[in-house]
Amino acid sequence: MDYAASFYFTGAEIALSLAGLVLLLVVAWTGERTARAVTIAAVAALFGAAFWAGHLLLDQSFALGADAFGGLYRMDGFANFAKLLIYLATIAVLIVTPRFFDARGQYRGEYPILMLFNAVGMSMMVSAVDLMTLYIGLELSSLSSYVLASFLRNDMRSSEAGLKYFILGALASGIILYGMSLVYGFAGSTQYERIRLVFAEDFPTGALFGVVFVLAGLAFKIAAVPFHMWTPDVYEGAPTPVTAFFASAPKVAAVAMLMRMALDPFGSQSDAWQQIVIFAALASIVVGALGAIGQNNLKRVLAYSSINNVGFILIGLATATPAGASATLVYLAIYVPMTIGSFTALLMLRAPTGEPLETFDDIRGLSTRRPVLALCVLVLMFSLAGIPPLFGFWGKFVVFQAAVQADLVALAAIGIAASVIGAFYYLKFIKVMFFDEPEGQLETSSPVSHWAVLVISAVLMSPLGYLLTPMLGDVADQAAGSLFFAI
Amino acid sequence: MGFPILSLMLLVPLVASIACLFLDGKTARMVALLATLIDLVLGIVLWANYDIGGAQWQFTERADIFAGFSYALGIDGIALMLIMLSVFLMPVCILASWDSIDRRVGEYMAAFLLMEVLMLGVFMAQDLFLFYIFFEAGLIPMYLIIGIWGGDNRIYASYKFFLYTLLGSVLMLIAMFWMVNAAGTTDIPTLMQYDFPPQAQTWLWLAFFASFAVKMPMWPVHTWLPDAHVQAPTAGSVILAGVLLKLGGYGFIRFSLPMFPEASAQFVWLVLGLSMVAVIYTSLIALVQSDMKKLIAYSSVAHMAIVTGGLFAFNVQGLEGAMIMMLSHGLVSGALFLCVGVIYDRLHTREIDRYGGLAINMPRYALFFLFFTMASIGLPGTSGFVAEFVSLAGVYQVSTWATLVLTTGIILGAAYMLYLYRRVAFGVQKNEDAARMPDLTAREWIMLVPITAAVLWMGIYPESFMAPMRQDIAALDARLARSAPEGDSRPQVGTPAAHAANFVGGDHAGSPAGEGEAH
Repeated sequence: MDYAASFYFTGAEIALSLAGLVLLLVVAWTGERTARAVTIAAVAALFGAAFWAGHLLLDQSFALGADAFGGLYRMDGFANFAKLLIYLATIAVLIVTPRFFDARGQYRGEYPILMLFNAVGMSMMVSAVDLMTLYIGLELSSLSSYVLASFLRNDMRSSEAGLKYFILGALASGIILYGMSLVYGFAGSTQYERIRLVFAEDFPTGALFGVVFVLAGLAFKIAAVPFHMWTPDVYEGAPTPVTAFFASAPKVAAVAMLMRMALDPFGSQSDAWQQIVIFAALASIVVGALGAIGQNNLKRVLAYSSINNVGFILIGLATATPAGASATLVYLAIYVPMTIGSFTALLMLRAPTGEPLETFDDIRGLSTRRPVLALCVLVLMFSLAGIPPLFGFWGKFVVFQAAVQADLVALAAIGIAASVIGAFYYLKFIKVMFFDEPEGQLETSSPVSHWAVLVISAVLMSPLGYLLTPMLGDVADQAAGSLFFAI
Repeated sequence: MGFPILSLMLLVPLVASIACLFLDGKTARMVALLATLIDLVLGIVLWANYDIGGAQWQFTERADIFAGFSYALGIDGIALMLIMLSVFLMPVCILASWDSIDRRVGEYMAAFLLMEVLMLGVFMAQDLFLFYIFFEAGLIPMYLIIGIWGGDNRIYASYKFFLYTLLGSVLMLIAMFWMVNAAGTTDIPTLMQYDFPPQAQTWLWLAFFASFAVKMPMWPVHTWLPDAHVQAPTAGSVILAGVLLKLGGYGFIRFSLPMFPEASAQFVWLVLGLSMVAVIYTSLIALVQSDMKKLIAYSSVAHMAIVTGGLFAFNVQGLEGAMIMMLSHGLVSGALFLCVGVIYDRLHTREIDRYGGLAINMPRYALFFLFFTMASIGLPGTSGFVAEFVSLAGVYQVSTWATLVLTTGIILGAAYMLYLYRRVAFGVQKNEDAARMPDLTAREWIMLVPITAAVLWMGIYPESFMAPMRQDIAALDARLARSAPEGDSRPQVGTPAAHAANFVGGDHAGSPAGEGEAH
């Protein structure tokens, strides 16, 4: 085993782990005084990791990927693409976080450290090519997420969210683990490659149960219907920056993990899981759209929106083709800034007293009081609704195009028709902000950090984003290709 | 590749639109007017330089800056005429909103200019997906225009407008994916020559129909239109009736007919049937309206039914008539909405009963209103006559019954328009406030006179408008020839009788030929 190569390939994870451990010591010694400094250091570490992942992604000599640590871990374009997204999303969330907690005097150095460990866990999830590596990564990420959800320790809703997330998350982990044990039992190995070879020859019913259990557990992690019930509650209860995080980075990691799982070890049996994924996709689109209609809390609405988006992402996976995988990656790349931007806008809505505002009533007539903010939200909401010429349309475009190319015309037609239902509540944002008369008081200024994140995401989602499509398409094609190369 | 005039026409309103967001009301108005006038001038330059009888696609531009589709622009005669209609109506719309819009003027002008960019983009796009993007994107500014500056029930109308048209369009996108997958290109001119398997055409046609029928709008999916028209501000109604409704007709003539000729022929019965129902049904509804804008909105549906009838006649007259009908209706119904706007601005009501006898205190206004009423009915000398005559002549070759019903609709059209005019302009001045209203201002003159001139021009010398389209319509007719449906009258060419009817017979002595020689 070539350790030098293994370390080289896992450089980002190793650096992040070390940074996390060192910063943990710093926080332990200095306490809350250095919380800000630790955050900045964590952002720097994540930037370094993102740079490293980007470097490996663009380095053509690794275009086909390579194994590390004797086949426990795989470095390829697919993993690096996902990692890049994960790191950038985590950075964005860290940038907009401190102010939220500062208002309550509850910002602590543990927060960025938990984010760092979470990022390490997520990186392992997307790179794992062995069931054991996968599970360790998944748990590392999940456990830090549980803590993050309940980070507002004396807030009832936050604690509730953390507890709910923990119990249901643990249940899902158990289901995954049980599925894995079945898969291991029938395949005789935990390595993806071995599993694929064994299943290609012989796929007994018991193994099918294993696959279904694993997929069900993963569906929980990505909040796909019918395992989505926890999402609105956790998203509503968790502190808003943490919700922004849950809706972005872990979702990318879980989707990427699901894709690798479905296409690599179970790739030879795509018939077995395709119908499950198709059902989950359509159900997520419909439930995500209908569920949001009656909500008044914006965080709940955005939670349903993320369920809705997972449905579109799964359509890309349901095709089981390289074009579909590439489309899914493009969708994720568009989804992340779109959702982080929306949550950032939400963070910028505060009463003059600093109280966070999070219902439709609070944003009435926003366009006359905070015109630029309202304009950014307008762009993001039309983008989420998938209306051209905004960039969110492109995500749906590539996904549905892949579905049609894979001859799933009926799936595409039903999916896109259901997306119109979703447009209804995105329009509600516009209606409330632009058509209604203003009501109540609003804080009139926001910090530069929030503006930066919001404006960057709004510009990316504006028609200017289309200029990125050739580059994004090439990189995603290459990343998807590396995933299929191994197969 | 020459000077990118089409891109420039898109760029000018786009830049002005962004600028308007940051300007105060007064400057924004000026900037918007200036930008639309520049676009009008560019449009005239475009028309002047359009080579009639030259290449089918002119002023083409192409840049492969996107993945999956390209930025490809170009126009033919059909697109040219619709572009002219758009750039002509835009300055009028800006003028119409000059005083009546007094809050959030900058945003209003920005939305309008964005609307212009997107409408022009639809007519210019030479790439299937670029077309779709422009086509769909138009929903956003229109949604805002209705929702922010509309009437009392604007929220309902804006939602209905948006969701109705969105649902219609998304299925078209799936059909486009299928087509591009099958044909391997997104280039519209290439796709117009591509022969899809007839089996698939049926489905593709239906998907496109779902979109264009809603945009058009055809009965029974027209119900969004009266709501949207009534609630939109005057200029919004003008642009909605003038240009947005034409997107549906343009879609049929650019996509459904040339790309799926077999399926189009297969569904002639459906389109003609819906058109017949629409023209009678909506005319009857229009007769009983008490709201002026609603009345004109229903009359739009009836006129659009004649367009669909003409388009699916599969012959040159039908297609030409439909195109002229679209142009004529764009001008006339736009002008009628302006006329309503003029008195709405004074009295702030659209109730017909609140007016009466306006010919007494507003004689000049009454004259214009009468002119456009007549043009809507189709009086000879106005554009409406040419449009109705030519398109019905086309339909007659396919279905005499449809022609009968559609013509009845025109008679009903005369009924409801004259009835409207009588109640508003003639009779006693029963409402004092209406009787005190002043006549047209200079600004209103400037709005109405150019449209009047255009309507007369199109009515007296329609050749100017038909000439650029002739070659394109002939090409389309040739493409459709293979599937054109047979007419229902089936005129038989008999053997000519040996003699004329008044031939007296053989009583005259000798052979007629001999007689003739003898004289």
